[in-house]
Amino acid sequence: MTTRILTTRMEEHPSDSNSMARYLDTGGYATLRHALASLSPEQVASEVKASNLRGRGGAGFPMGVKWGFLADSDPKYLVINADESEPGTFKDRQLLERDPHQLVEGIVLSSFALGIHRAFIYIRGEYPKAARRVQQAIEEAFEAGYLGADICGSGFSLDVSIHLGGGAYICGEETALLNSLEGRRGEPRLKPPFPAVAGLYSRPTIVNNVESLSNVPWIVANGGTAYSSIGPERSAGTRMFSLSGHVKKPGNYEIVMGMSWRDLIYGIGGGIRDGNELKTWIPGGASAPWLVPEHLDTPLTIDDVTALGTMLGSGAVVVMDQTTDVVAAAHSIVRFFAHESCGQCTPCREGTRWLQDILERILDGSGRPSDIDLLLDVSDNISPGLTWPPAMTTICPLGPSATAPIVSITKYFLDEVKAKIDGFEVAVG
Amino acid sequence: MSGSMNRSVINHWSPENQRRAAAILASYPEDRSAVMPLLYLASREHRYVTEDAMKEVAALVGIAAAQVRSVASFYTMYKREPVGDYLISVCTSISCHLLGGDQVLAAAFSAAGVGNGETTEDGKISVERAECIGACGGAPAVQVNYELIEGITPDKIAALVAWLNDTQPNVVLTDEMQQLFGGQRSFDWGPTESVGASSAVPAFGPYGSASEGQ
Ligand SMILES: Cc1cc2nc3c(=O)[nH]c(=O)nc-3n(C[C@H](O)[C@H](O)[C@H](O)COP(=O)(O)O)c2cc1C
Ligand code: FES
Repeated sequence: MTTRILTTRMEEHPSDSNSMARYLDTGGYATLRHALASLSPEQVASEVKASNLRGRGGAGFPMGVKWGFLADSDPKYLVINADESEPGTFKDRQLLERDPHQLVEGIVLSSFALGIHRAFIYIRGEYPKAARRVQQAIEEAFEAGYLGADICGSGFSLDVSIHLGGGAYICGEETALLNSLEGRRGEPRLKPPFPAVAGLYSRPTIVNNVESLSNVPWIVANGGTAYSSIGPERSAGTRMFSLSGHVKKPGNYEIVMGMSWRDLIYGIGGGIRDGNELKTWIPGGASAPWLVPEHLDTPLTIDDVTALGTMLGSGAVVVMDQTTDVVAAAHSIVRFFAHESCGQCTPCREGTRWLQDILERILDGSGRPSDIDLLLDVSDNISPGLTWPPAMTTICPLGPSATAPIVSITKYFLDEVKAKIDGFEVAVG
Repeated sequence: MSGSMNRSVINHWSPENQRRAAAILASYPEDRSAVMPLLYLASREHRYVTEDAMKEVAALVGIAAAQVRSVASFYTMYKREPVGDYLISVCTSISCHLLGGDQVLAAAFSAAGVGNGETTEDGKISVERAECIGACGGAPAVQVNYELIEGITPDKIAALVAWLNDTQPNVVLTDEMQQLFGGQRSFDWGPTESVGASSAVPAFGPYGSASEGQ
């Protein structure tokens, strides 16, 4: 049996799952009406806490615990992170475009639980359709009295608006996002203070991901323990996985965690295209170190994947078959991080560019035998020890993320890297 | 706080855009937050983010022009050089790279006859390399004025460039372009839309949606 929480409406009503009429028709906003009439904010918050939902933006921090840190001083803000830009990740776009009211209801319920009266949805600038659909949902919700003053006659008020990003991956990092929302460069801030204490305009602020908040209506409707009982204990609930690359059936899949990688790649993903062999895959977005076929039977849970020295991150699984040039693949990822470095921290600004240049010269055929050590040395200067989770020389994890593909190709495909460099005597099978 | 003293700096903007600017400013708790949406609006008014545009935005929110410049230069979507009527952004991040995004980019350059970030002499088409545009399940993916096409090929992008040159649509519609030039999608897009982009500014809200045929 498939368990669906987030994608039921869009699966069953593909032609109009984004509309207010369909949302109401399928039970939408009933949870909000019930909560505002009969539950206290503390009761709503305690259901979310009991759900054990771990944030879906990448860090996997328990949502209810984060909410518990929100300083009790007005005004405070809720900021919805819809900046989705981690290569391989496209799940939030589907939730925004196909079921925007589910997110809006989650925002109102969460704001009610937290005593917040102003929320901002930060949508990346390259998602105009998502912004249009969410804007329409916001307007419909205002019209119907689910947003604005005195929602459903409860006395609770909430204003929500969209802030469009300007094309910068780093703004997905929550403090960079807050700077961007304040009209500044999207440069991450030093933490502490954490946003829950001093966030937007230095006020207490909760930042949550689109998928995290889209789960809230179900959690409040069905109870936190119903949610936490789905899937493995420390990876509760369903989760959206974005599957891409050399699989037969790319797409977003809402699954219960705990299945194996084999089930995901060969079952759900239909296996490898053109009858090819699996070579390697990225388990959690471009920032994550790669896995190889010996890991196929590891369960898909946050903790099992972390134990392999990588992460589920944003839920983006990028599959590569045996035709893949892993140096070129690593170069694409490193170039991304070099391009997206905000430039504040020297190890990241300089190091990512060095990694890009060295990979480029290897790909050009002018690599030197010393380049492999140099790649690892530069990586080690960005993230000393090259451990997992990465050690940091920088304000945020963007720089250390750029070392993930370097570590992966030198660990699993060293001969292939060497074969691209003149001066190595290697036999390549 | 309201910046009302400085509204006169945009007296030469269209009345519609002056009204939009006021609405944007009024929608934030602090004026400075309006910098990014105002930069989009100014780039519709001036065609791109000119020096004058940055000065006007600075005056509207009450900060120095240098501060606005530092914001504008941080983000890739604020174009500080003239950009073509149709900005084609080709993704070559990992999922697109694996499925031929680099070849699509090369085909776009050669079809338009320009290099990265350049614009054709007639001012019609610009081509740029983009990083992940959240369409990885429909790789390789491109956008025209940020309106998406998934599952494109080198041949299809050459056809897209020719189509843009021939038909010169006032508004580019994602569903129409997907149907003509696209393939595999990341997911079912749901209902088709008649709203799209009329310039290289994202077609959203106060900064510029455009309905078909406008
Ligand atoms: C470089 C970087 C990029 C990030 N990008 C995103 C993003 O696009 N979307 C997102 O929700 N979280 C992103 N995050 C994580 C956020 O900082 C933050 O943890 C998250 O939005 C919190 O929401 P959650 O607890 O609901 O997951 C990013 C983090 C880093 C370091
Ligand atoms: S990698 Fe091209 S759209 Fe994500």
